[in-house]
Amino acid sequence: MAQPLVKKDDDQDDEVEYSPFYGIEKGAVLQEARVFNDPQLDPRRCSQVITKLLYLLNQGDTFTQREATEVFFAVTKLFQSRDIGLRRMVYLIIKELSPSSDEVIIVTSSLMKDMNSKTDMYRANAIRVLCRITDGTLLTQIERYLKQAIVDKNPVVASAALISGIHLLQTNPEIVKRWSNEVQEAVQSRAALVQFHALALLHQIRQNDRLAVSKLVTSLTRGTVRSPLAQCLLIRYTSQVIRESSGNTQPGERPFFDYLESCLRHKAEMVILEAARAITELNGVTNRELTPAITVLQLFLSSSKPVLRFAAVRTLNKVAMTHPLAVTNCNIDMESLISDQNRSIATLAITTLLKTGNESSVDRLMKQITNFMSDIADEFKIVVVEAIRSLCLKFPLKYRSLMNFLSNILREEGGFEYKKAIVDSIVILIRDIPEAKESGLLHLCEFIEDCEFTYLSTQILHFLGIEGPKTSDPSKYIRYIYNRVHLENATVRASAVTTLAKFGAMVESLKPRIFVLLRRCLYDNDDEVRDRATLYLKTLGADDTAAITDAKEFLFGSLDVPLTNLEASLKNYEPSDEPFDITSVPREVKSQPLAEKRAPGRTATGLAAPATTTSTIDTYESLISSIPEFSSFGKLFKSSAPVELTEAETEYAVNVVKHIFDGHVLFQYNCTNTIPEQLLENVTVVVDASDAEEFSEIASKPLQSLPYDSPGQTFVAFEKTEGPTVGKFSNILKFTVKEVDPSTGEAEDDGVDDEYQLEDLEVVAADYMQKVGVSNFRNAWESMGPDCERVDEYGLGPRESLAEAVTAVINLLGMQPCEGTEVVPSNSRSHSCLLSGVFIGGVKVLVRLSFGIDGQKDVAMKLAVRSEDESISDAIHEIVASG
Amino acid sequence: MAHFASSRDLCPTVKNILLLDSEGKRVAVKYFSDDWPTNSAKLAYEKTVFTRTLKTNARAEAEIAMFENNIVIYKFVQDLHFFVTGGDNDNELVLASVLQGFCDAVSLILRNNVEKNEVLENLDLVLLCIDEIVDGGMILETDAVTIAGKVASNNIDPGAPLSEQTLTQALATAREHITRSLLT
Repeated sequence: MAQPLVKKDDDQDDEVEYSPFYGIEKGAVLQEARVFNDPQLDPRRCSQVITKLLYLLNQGDTFTQREATEVFFAVTKLFQSRDIGLRRMVYLIIKELSPSSDEVIIVTSSLMKDMNSKTDMYRANAIRVLCRITDGTLLTQIERYLKQAIVDKNPVVASAALISGIHLLQTNPEIVKRWSNEVQEAVQSRAALVQFHALALLHQIRQNDRLAVSKLVTSLTRGTVRSPLAQCLLIRYTSQVIRESSGNTQPGERPFFDYLESCLRHKAEMVILEAARAITELNGVTNRELTPAITVLQLFLSSSKPVLRFAAVRTLNKVAMTHPLAVTNCNIDMESLISDQNRSIATLAITTLLKTGNESSVDRLMKQITNFMSDIADEFKIVVVEAIRSLCLKFPLKYRSLMNFLSNILREEGGFEYKKAIVDSIVILIRDIPEAKESGLLHLCEFIEDCEFTYLSTQILHFLGIEGPKTSDPSKYIRYIYNRVHLENATVRASAVTTLAKFGAMVESLKPRIFVLLRRCLYDNDDEVRDRATLYLKTLGADDTAAITDAKEFLFGSLDVPLTNLEASLKNYEPSDEPFDITSVPREVKSQPLAEKRAPGRTATGLAAPATTTSTIDTYESLISSIPEFSSFGKLFKSSAPVELTEAETEYAVNVVKHIFDGHVLFQYNCTNTIPEQLLENVTVVVDASDAEEFSEIASKPLQSLPYDSPGQTFVAFEKTEGPTVGKFSNILKFTVKEVDPSTGEAEDDGVDDEYQLEDLEVVAADYMQKVGVSNFRNAWESMGPDCERVDEYGLGPRESLAEAVTAVINLLGMQPCEGTEVVPSNSRSHSCLLSGVFIGGVKVLVRLSFGIDGQKDVAMKLAVRSEDESISDAIHEIVASG
Repeated sequence: MAHFASSRDLCPTVKNILLLDSEGKRVAVKYFSDDWPTNSAKLAYEKTVFTRTLKTNARAEAEIAMFENNIVIYKFVQDLHFFVTGGDNDNELVLASVLQGFCDAVSLILRNNVEKNEVLENLDLVLLCIDEIVDGGMILETDAVTIAGKVASNNIDPGAPLSEQTLTQALATAREHITRSLLT
């Protein structure tokens, strides 16, 4: 880092900077462009003016439509000049001006003439310009020349035509696909770049035909592809073919692996890197397959080129996530990279080491990292903190040095995101490593003494209130908390008051002293702080035990409804004599809170970011209650995710959302018409429920009209027996189709009745289960008690992997995985998974799953269910037994 | 099941080529992707790239950085900062070859006087140079001598003194220059 910075020439700063474009002004340049119209063209001058125009555009200036048109017409005059340099500038400015289709016609003939010129440079550039500005109709006229150009013996011309083909494939695929033979010939070209461009185009032409791609790869991997760039493409295509064919082949013999391995010995580094990366990313890559790739990457680590070191360490970092042992050989090279000038490389090296390091190397590593932390940016520091957190969870015995490290960096300068990452990490360590609790809490206490972030202060205070009273000497935290009441803003003060109350409620011996402190808060100048103090003094000061329990429930009980749902319900509440009922708030969690995604494997409930998801259930609820036929069904229990009933890219796209009510099921079919020439009217779905005996259709609501590309809904409702009734339904979409004139958008009067077979739809047990998480599974499990527990064992038969089996069971039950237990570490032989949910009827259900896998990939599972109702526990077992 | 990646994603693509001066001002830039739809988005990106790389030493060897899910390969020559941006799934060395081609080609065209003023004086050639390296995000050519050759052939202007000899000289110096950099 101590290298001299960009050298500044002081002399030059003092003078007015000289530039040929100094004081340039758009209006003047547009005036100058009149020279294009001179009968006697001065090529040099014209080139200069075009350069000025290009300079303006490059600096972000824009031309109005009128200005652009004028410049464009003037420029077309310049085709008269035979000056090569000027012609190149003309090509360039035409591309920049991107003329409209009626303007293009003016230059078409000139460009077509150039396309057939004897000068290679003219041919190549004219092709690129014309293809850039052309539209479909013109393309058919020039197609013949383009096909010729692809096999032109001049590589520049061939490349120009091929590249243009790649761009045109987006807009006119049917035309470009006809060039297949010529492109195939070009793949054999001796010119490296032509081969590269031809291969790219050929693959794009064939990309939807798996067999053709596979054949292409087979033939080319045997032959000799000369260009390194083309070789890189071929490696990518090969790994795509491997990915898609996986599953059909015996383990041990991976097709094309020999080819990938041979590429590791290629003379171009970019090919070696591409091949090494492809190997490390193979599905279920074995250690034997990894070794040669890791070896070449290790060599790259000590390269003199930063780009190469970066590429290697980035790849190894990814490998370390899944195969840490395979990377340990590189640890020595990796350690020397910690002092790399390039901080991205250093950070990647450190985080890799943290993933692969063993217990004995932790202390040494921490020493090196401490020196390193002071001179990297926050974003890198966050990466390091996250890596240290997972390291600590891996080696709990090392918590002391890691916790020290975290508290040290917590005291140093840093932005909010960085500080939050540290605090989150400490909180997680406190939760998971009991020995670390007391020291961790004190570190946090010291941090809030001097914390500039209100959000972090309040979160820590909340966490202290829960964990502090359970420590051996709760009184030592009081000082830190009460200091906040004196020194902070209102938000922090209010949360400090709540924390004090929590200590008072839990620790009887502290209660009188807490009361003294709370009374002082009654004179705070913020009403929220005063209100809280008054409330807690009143509730905690009550004499009877019932009131005390109530107060504790209020202080510690989690708000078991999602905040966004609560907010929506409160907005809908109209002030009246009837108090707001919190049980009326929908509880469905639509997706995982952010924090869980960021720290897979653990939940950080203490400081988890508030769920930012908006619940779609509200939207559904208001939609359904607005339809009179269905408004009598009662409260919506659950809406499923949309299930596709059509293949992608068919004429009509239909998906269905299953809405579950206590005694009814409502299917909402979302239909999209993808044909611009058609208008659908009177759209219904005819449902055959003969395989679902316990359901009977009671109502349906057709869709009046379904124009092109604007989705609409039709509904079918069923009455069903109580409980988790399952069944299978077949669906036919019926409608009247009317032709639409695409130019006017008007539909014809006469329509034809038609129908369209949709895929079958099933109502399964998981539809009756709401994904509702619990914050502390163990507590919830204990408090539920073993009264209604049902335990049984199941054989799941041979499975692809343990992870696949776990996911299958979670999906079958439709429950919310807790504490990150849905993630199965790779190569583990057994796994436990915790699930929670609410079953129809509002019954809470908790599930503990224990999985084991043997050498034959046979998976066995033990299922323990606790719920508030025996029959529900039995029902859960039935789901698994029949699923 | 298996995600069928679009073929275009499989092809290495260049998102932009930037040539900034030592204060981060634009000298010549070309964007090939829609990631930065407006001029202000482009300027903001250039500013980030410039300030984040300013303190590094990218003179002897090209350097690399990652931000906003992009890979940026860069090199500084005199008072000029060269950048090439690609997606984070792209092969770093492919992008590096684009940057190398760009830097060396500019150096050839300017006969080793790689300076801001010199670039501005010959902006037409530098713009043509970018045009010959990447077309709509696809790599067109990365060999500096070829690129410079294509651009320089424009200089044969009937009105100007024929600079055939100086051109051959320039190409010879270039070859020597490149061989040297390969050997070290």
